[in-house]
Amino acid sequence: MTHPATAMPAISYNFAYLDEQTKRMIRRAILKAIAIPGYQVPFAGREMPMPYGWGTGGVQVTAALLGADDVLKVIDQGSDDTTNAVALRTFFETTAGVKTTSHTAEANVIQTRHRIPETPLKPGQVLVYQVPIPEPLRFLEPRETETRKLHALSDYGLIHVKLYEDIARHGHIATTYAYPATVNGHYVMDPSPIPKFDNPKMDHSPALQVFGAGREKRIYAVPPYTSVVPLDFADHPFTVQRFSQPCALCGAEGVYLDEVILDDQGGRMFVCSDTDYCAGRQAEGHTGTLSAPDAPTRADEGPKEGCS
Amino acid sequence: MGIAAPAAGFAEPVHESQRTFVALMWAMAEPALPRPLASALTPPAPLSPELAAVALTLLDYETPFFLDGPLAIAPVAAFLRFHTGAPHTLVAAEARFVLCADAGALPDFATLAQGTADYPDRSATVLAQVDRFTAGPLIFSGPGIPDTRRFGAEPLPADLAARLAANAALFPLGIDLVLCAPGTVAALPRTTRPVTPNP
Repeated sequence: MTHPATAMPAISYNFAYLDEQTKRMIRRAILKAIAIPGYQVPFAGREMPMPYGWGTGGVQVTAALLGADDVLKVIDQGSDDTTNAVALRTFFETTAGVKTTSHTAEANVIQTRHRIPETPLKPGQVLVYQVPIPEPLRFLEPRETETRKLHALSDYGLIHVKLYEDIARHGHIATTYAYPATVNGHYVMDPSPIPKFDNPKMDHSPALQVFGAGREKRIYAVPPYTSVVPLDFADHPFTVQRFSQPCALCGAEGVYLDEVILDDQGGRMFVCSDTDYCAGRQAEGHTGTLSAPDAPTRADEGPKEGCS
Repeated sequence: MGIAAPAAGFAEPVHESQRTFVALMWAMAEPALPRPLASALTPPAPLSPELAAVALTLLDYETPFFLDGPLAIAPVAAFLRFHTGAPHTLVAAEARFVLCADAGALPDFATLAQGTADYPDRSATVLAQVDRFTAGPLIFSGPGIPDTRRFGAEPLPADLAARLAANAALFPLGIDLVLCAPGTVAALPRTTRPVTPNP
């Protein structure tokens, strides 16, 4: 079946799927979110053609700010190739016709689920986070009326108690992801379920960071060059995960690693969670213990230690 | 009585409002830094093409607007109502957007919606016209500004620094200010604080 090049597809959507009134409403929320860093702006989140939990908040933010000349990257847990990333990238290719990439440096809009790319972000880039539960106080105080008061008063004693209970039980702060952080000295925000390894990247980032929570219908933002300070105690300062081994494929150190099970004999390896970063390093000739061409089928000589 | 048709809106509403919004978004994200804003609109005077583009990008039936000073004339109100469907209010405190033709005569911020402690986003955004931007005499710091940034515009009220400092002191409440000059836009959100230069 062929169509003339100018024919409209059988079903056509507005550019980037959302209608213009929805975009205007989201755009106003984004502007107020930037003006009040860390504050969760309520917005009239729409039903999207994907279930809640698949990034409906991030998709609506991206749809509201995406332009025809933008280059979009979508990652899911650091990977460009997993289901969520492929689905959402295809969604915007189909409904907006924008150029997409897997290279962090080439994208000016990056939608992410649960990671911040290892390649440092640049001025002019927008990082859009998919957020499941935007309220850092929600599991401590279920009433929205109360959490709003606590935010207004900047009263975050509850979270400090929660972190203290971590220390009392485990001897250290056992919160490893969605680690709460104070934005610009006032609001504490949930940075979405990124590993706490990524928290330092948010502080004074040159990129604009916008968070969209579709089910909870909240948008919040961190402007560039804004302080994002993880909560901690003087005698239990914030620390990030450390890995005892470099990436098994590219040898990178100081990056966030995923554990990959290789067999049912306890074999496993640790590789970069950021697939674009890992592929870029391999293209530059960096190798790890399990690099091709002599990559063994078993991981007997592979790393045995995970993150601490 | 003849009724003139309102001037045209965006030729390409989807893409022109997107470009205008992105300019605004980055103006808000990096305060006191003027950004290019192209507008081909020919709105009724004294509404400038840039301010008209910002208004058509942000206003709709959910956002009452207030016209200040020389903008408070029927052709401007009719133009905005026709293209956006936004209600025109004569009570400044009810407006989500306050449009001002002359930034030198900005309304008293205390008369505008400041937001509430629970919902600080329910505050007014002031959209004002200036003739040009200058690199000073004001110096600002705050989120979006790596260290400090020099900024100025003509015309601005002589006491603007004091008024912005008072506005910033209300954080998280307060108004957000967007300034439009020919071909450019800049913003001073409530987080942007004037800095006294070291002698």
